[in-house]
Amino acid sequence: MSIILGLLTLVLLYIVIVQISKASDLIKSLRSGDKEEETFGNSAIFVSVLGFGILIYSIVTSFTYAKTLLPPPASEQGVWIQWLINITLLMTGSVFVITQILLFWFVYKYHYRKDRKAYFYADNNTLEVAWTVVPAIALTILIGLGIQKWFKVFSPTPKDAIVIEATGKQFAWVIRYAGKDKQLGKRDFTLVNSDNELGVNWNDKASHDDFIADEIVLPVNKPVSVNIGALDVIHNFYLPHFRLMMDAVPGVPTHLWFRPTITTEEMKKITNNPNFEYVLACNQGCGSGHYNMKKKVRVVSVEEYKKWMKEQKSYYETVVKPAMAEKEAAPTAESAAAPVAATVSAH
Amino acid sequence: MQTTTVIDSPATEHAHAHGHTGHHHTETFLSKYIFSLDHKTIGKQFLIMGMIWAVIGGLMSVIFRIQLGWPDETFPILEKMFAAWYTDGKLNPEAYYMMVTMHGTIMVFFVLTASLSGTFANILIPLQIGARDMASPLMNALSFWLFFAASVIMFGSIFLPTGAASAGWTIYPPLSALPQTSPGSGDGMTWWLIAMVLFVASTLLGGLNYVSTVLNMRTKGMSMFKMPLTVWALFFTAIIGILSFPVLVSAVVLLIFDRSLGTSFYLSNIVIGGQALPYAGGSPILFQHLFWFLGHPEVYIVILPAMGMVSEILAIHSRKPIFGYKAMIFSILGITVLGFIVWAHHMFMTGMNPFLGSVFTLFTLLIAIPSAVKVFNWLTTLWRGNIKINPPSMFAIGFVSMFISGGLTGIWLGNSTVDIQLHDTYFVIAHFHIVMGIAAFFGMFAGVYHWFPRMFGRMMNETMAYIHFAITFVGSYLIFWPMHFLGLAGVPRRYYTFNEFEAFAHYGTLNKVISIAAIIVFLGQLIFLVNFFWSIKRGRKSTQNPWQANTLEWTSPIEGIHGNWEGDLPEVHRWPYDYSRDPNSDVDFIPQTVPLTEEEKKDKIHH
Repeated sequence: MSIILGLLTLVLLYIVIVQISKASDLIKSLRSGDKEEETFGNSAIFVSVLGFGILIYSIVTSFTYAKTLLPPPASEQGVWIQWLINITLLMTGSVFVITQILLFWFVYKYHYRKDRKAYFYADNNTLEVAWTVVPAIALTILIGLGIQKWFKVFSPTPKDAIVIEATGKQFAWVIRYAGKDKQLGKRDFTLVNSDNELGVNWNDKASHDDFIADEIVLPVNKPVSVNIGALDVIHNFYLPHFRLMMDAVPGVPTHLWFRPTITTEEMKKITNNPNFEYVLACNQGCGSGHYNMKKKVRVVSVEEYKKWMKEQKSYYETVVKPAMAEKEAAPTAESAAAPVAATVSAH
Repeated sequence: MQTTTVIDSPATEHAHAHGHTGHHHTETFLSKYIFSLDHKTIGKQFLIMGMIWAVIGGLMSVIFRIQLGWPDETFPILEKMFAAWYTDGKLNPEAYYMMVTMHGTIMVFFVLTASLSGTFANILIPLQIGARDMASPLMNALSFWLFFAASVIMFGSIFLPTGAASAGWTIYPPLSALPQTSPGSGDGMTWWLIAMVLFVASTLLGGLNYVSTVLNMRTKGMSMFKMPLTVWALFFTAIIGILSFPVLVSAVVLLIFDRSLGTSFYLSNIVIGGQALPYAGGSPILFQHLFWFLGHPEVYIVILPAMGMVSEILAIHSRKPIFGYKAMIFSILGITVLGFIVWAHHMFMTGMNPFLGSVFTLFTLLIAIPSAVKVFNWLTTLWRGNIKINPPSMFAIGFVSMFISGGLTGIWLGNSTVDIQLHDTYFVIAHFHIVMGIAAFFGMFAGVYHWFPRMFGRMMNETMAYIHFAITFVGSYLIFWPMHFLGLAGVPRRYYTFNEFEAFAHYGTLNKVISIAAIIVFLGQLIFLVNFFWSIKRGRKSTQNPWQANTLEWTSPIEGIHGNWEGDLPEVHRWPYDYSRDPNSDVDFIPQTVPLTEEEKKDKIHH
């Protein structure tokens, strides 16, 4: 019933608009020629007022919403990116304001008048060169600064970096720490089974001290090296507060390193939000649960980090080894990887 | 420049002869309105199809904006209307992703590519260059009917039990390749792929036709540098389409192989539900390269026709020549060439070699130069003009405003370093909707208001056009301007709800405002549709040359005869922008068909 009423109101509204419009156009066409000037003048005011209204709206909201954006970048890399954004904002922002003012000012100033002629002005090579060269210089500056920071973000990973691995799947992240040896155990996707979600090759000794963490814990001011991958479809390892992201692509490993600079506790004070927490999200459409791939990220002091590391248990020692021992005890059981390997070779 | 080549190819002769006999044979309703070979009718067919698609695509955006604005509310009314997509009054996530995917596909391909180019290339190219029809009217009709077939299949896919494609309009594999990962990647994706192959065939038939018509069928005196900028823009658009769309077909064909024949072009090392799949050696990144090799030029396919029409409309209605005619042509050429070597800026975050990223940053930001030249030339065209603000010029001015706003944020996103923060956030949505979505729609509206009298012999209602402009201009900024802030606050795109993340959830009110604005803008477009169809029947009768324009289409009989001109084709003597040339004359325009005076011949510039 309410649908019908709503639709009826809408239809009536359109009928009213059509009738008013018909009448007003009829009146306009009945007017004598000298009213033409007035009509175009009114239209010019109409368009300029809308244009300047929108310009004021966009400038005002830019200031009011500035406070609601992200807190200061929580990584060294984020600071570089923020700096470049500020410069770009300054340059494009001023061009935006100047050109929009010119556009809507011209619309009003040069609107049709009967006794005036437009100025026949077809070209001017000096002007064309000027507004080719000036943007070219401005853009060269932005390109130069951009590429410099870009290579800094993707510079070689420092040797003392903590090594972690993030693997995206529908719809969660699996985080693996390299443990004491700072080396992640090798993986092979054909080894995947219910006890070995990531397909880690347990014959690789480097895998033995690796552990799976249910949150990302990072020491402040220490470089972190993240190996990124995905099991099923493309995901994106996205850390909004650190201003960083990198695609997680099945079959094509990617990598990112960064240096967190603000601990979670410090950020709680900066944002004045006692519940503040850093998050890892997915930023590449990956299916119906894309919006819900959250992982908590904690940046802590070096001491806290060491304490936390001690509490973590190697996945190999706690889960895999006991299971293997159990299976060896039962002689008929097949090796864990065999069924999958068989399926793969069958195709 | 003075010498003009006489173009009287056999094709023109033939069309000429045909023009005399053409209107003698009897035409049925079917041959006149449905299976017509006349470029004017085919143009209208493209326009009407585009309107139908735009309403469907717009309605989808209303549905997902309702979800984003009120994620916690239930809508039993909507459930009654779209039972398959709702559970307990709430939109299903699968349906949400289907909506965003189809909205993108429909708007980018079916409305802003097929309909925008299809309508205006068809109506304007032959009429503005003085040809009796397209080089191949049959190919032209086939182009429409292939588009129609593609439309039927794409529309049908919405009603499949597993739903239409839902992997995003960019259909990145493996999500689009493996039905296990998303219900829409089952039959829905198959139909999507088939529809797109037909669509590309349609685009190619159309594009080849436009190019050969422009090159071979210009009337006597119409040298390339006497063509209006609309024709130049449509000409380059067609070339971009011809060179880039086949690459989409190759991407699609390999995806079909991966889906159906078990090949591994895009797939490798895939595990689903604890089960390793037998794909090895492929790369999902390969698909992205192929897709964006079309996908980026595609945005210029969308925007160039709008740019061409806006250049023409601004000149006519400000009663001034377009400023820097040749600079405008060379900037289109610059955009066309650069447009082919910037595609990987959509892929900065795929883990590409940083060196490659820096090269694509360089080319991408360079494209801002020809774009800036165009904006400055439009502004100078308005400067000291005698501007008649009416529906076409209003929307052309709106286009310039939108193009500036959206173009400048391209300088942000094209810089790979800035993209590290903003990639795939709402900032990107704001950028591309303003610069290629809304701007292209403004160009299209300007074109429809301007050439409506040529298409239907009547004028559109101005009051409705003013209401339409106010709603669309203000509403579009209200929808998309705040999305810049969402993006800078880190809010990612393609989220069904933001409530799962505290970091993204604090824009609840803003999201409601955006959704309300979106609904109002959608309803505002219906005013345009009412105006359009009402004016076809009831609009004020148009005079022969209602805007006092110089170009040839306004010399062709108003009722739109087959063959376009009675008797001989018009002869062209001057460029199309002689507005207010003689300050002492009462008439402020000199049509292209008027011979040069002795005085003008001595003058070195522009004739």
